[in-house]
Amino acid sequence: MNQTPFQFLPHEQLQNLIQALQNAGYSCVGPQVREGAIIFDTITDAAQLPWGVRDHQAPGEYRLESIPEQEAFSWANGPQAIKPLLFKPQETVWKVTRNLEGKLEFLPHHPEEVPIAIIGARACDLAGMRIQDKVFIEGEHVDLRYKQRRESLFVIAVNCTYSSNNCFCVSAGTGPEVTHSYDLLMIELPNGFTIKAGSERGQHILDTLKLGNAQDQQCIQAQQRTKKAADMQTKRIPLNNSSALRDVLFANLEHPRWTEVAERCLSCGNCTSVCPTCFCHTESDKPSLDGCQSEHEKMWDSCFTEGHSYLNGEVVRDDTRKRYRQWLTHKVGSWFDQFDSSGCIGCGRCISWCPVGIDITEELAAISGESNKRDNDE
Amino acid sequence: MNNTKDPYLPYEAEIVERIQESPTIFTLGLRFTDPELHKTYTFLPGQFNMVYLYGVGEVAISIVSDPMKKDRFDHTIRAVGRVTQALEKLNPGERIGIRGPFGRGWPLESAKGKNVIVLTGGLGCAPVISAINYIIARIEEYQSLKILQGVKHSNDFIFHNRYQQWYHMSKTEVIIAADKADPTWPWLTGRVTDTIASLDIHADNSIVMMCGPEIMMRTAITGFVEKNIPENNLYLSMERNMECAVGHCGHCQYGGLFVCKNGPVFSFPEIKNLFNVAGF
Repeated sequence: MNQTPFQFLPHEQLQNLIQALQNAGYSCVGPQVREGAIIFDTITDAAQLPWGVRDHQAPGEYRLESIPEQEAFSWANGPQAIKPLLFKPQETVWKVTRNLEGKLEFLPHHPEEVPIAIIGARACDLAGMRIQDKVFIEGEHVDLRYKQRRESLFVIAVNCTYSSNNCFCVSAGTGPEVTHSYDLLMIELPNGFTIKAGSERGQHILDTLKLGNAQDQQCIQAQQRTKKAADMQTKRIPLNNSSALRDVLFANLEHPRWTEVAERCLSCGNCTSVCPTCFCHTESDKPSLDGCQSEHEKMWDSCFTEGHSYLNGEVVRDDTRKRYRQWLTHKVGSWFDQFDSSGCIGCGRCISWCPVGIDITEELAAISGESNKRDNDE
Repeated sequence: MNNTKDPYLPYEAEIVERIQESPTIFTLGLRFTDPELHKTYTFLPGQFNMVYLYGVGEVAISIVSDPMKKDRFDHTIRAVGRVTQALEKLNPGERIGIRGPFGRGWPLESAKGKNVIVLTGGLGCAPVISAINYIIARIEEYQSLKILQGVKHSNDFIFHNRYQQWYHMSKTEVIIAADKADPTWPWLTGRVTDTIASLDIHADNSIVMMCGPEIMMRTAITGFVEKNIPENNLYLSMERNMECAVGHCGHCQYGGLFVCKNGPVFSFPEIKNLFNVAGF
């Protein structure tokens, strides 16, 4: 698809794209400013996008500011993007009815949902989605509800043209350039977007917009803007997010740093909620008051909760040190054994949304002995 | 299971018999109410089912009966948690949900022709009972069978009759030890792991299957290694919190392993690097 020429979508025609997606039966979900953050929710009007807004992120910090440039995607990320659309924070898995004789009937639950088109997915978000695909649909057992949503998801990806201080996708090997899993790819310029299709259905939508080809100069500028986002990253994940991280972590399970970080960590689980790859969930029953029906639900869980490691009346991970160590050794360690890749995609969300600003790259630097500062000559 | 089947969905089963094994342990004999499903249901010793109690929830329980016994399958359950304490109150004729079997069972094929040593401790014997039954039914295919069972107190000992029967079978040796025992206790008093040192073991042709508290299995592994049994002939059944049983929910992770789908039975080298570290 790399040979496909980019077309040019002026800012004022962005609404046509939303309209075309709606006409094709999609519900559009896009970024917008709400309660001081950029969140993804249903969008019907291009004016709802975060025009002229930029995020500033640091460990334990996230704030938005207005910038003069009237662009829709001059920010890095918000707390969440794709994950809650496919892996629902809470959903019914099946229902069971019980009649007067006590006979049970189990009914699979397949929600009738309108297909979603997400506008503004970033390279890191797509890397996270591919990892969750491995968890939920590429193994022996398939989560049919995830699969249904995943297959119908229409992805309009946007290359980043800005990185926050917590972004480290370059070292994680996931961005900022989008290279896979998109139906349409856009790169923003001061007055519009270069745009191309990455799938047949993407091409079909693009064709309905009847756009002209982008000029060479526009394509070069788009490339430069993506490169700028890469160059401005100051953080890196040690050992380039490779399986060497697993080896160094499991060789250091008694490292004093685990105790040290446990003194700061609140075990709140914010990192696992915002992480695009964390997949833990718990299951519970919701019986109806008349006793005739019960709904079996799944809900996001976190390895930072006490209940996560419950076993026969006891708890395997009974302190924060064990829980933080579980999270980190899994995320960038045993993840390689399970899914043949790191579970970290370099988005930096766990750093920004940690109430005490624990920085995954800093913790890995402390244990691996390799710096988390990016050498800008790289 | 294939890709179009929903691995989360249970199927209705009826309790055909309920046996009280001890004050807190009971066995449920079960049959799927769909005869076609019951006919095609097969499992291997060491595998487990997710047992669902209406309106309360699911719990992972190993299957205790012989897989060749086609009319029903059994779960021996200790009433210890929210779901199991409620399951305890059920009677024959009542319905529950079952999905499974899940996981990898005991290496009973590769154990053929070998001396099999089964070691269990505490109340954790259920996962190996079906292995013992399986071997005894085919004892001519195995060199010998040693059954080592440890309990905290002689009152905790269940399945008296079965152990008595096994004790009298040829090629089979039974050793039972209670840490503390009543005066009438006919077996040994002391730790079952202390009996390993004096066992007559052919180290090069023996295979060990164990389950029970990890602390007991740690001691036992040391004992068997001292008897020169190769580590890759030591197998153990691991327990962790399980909710989905299919490697999705994340609770049963043990390093890079999902106990639900990679286990629950592991050879010792597979888990060795974490077995002495608390918190995994």
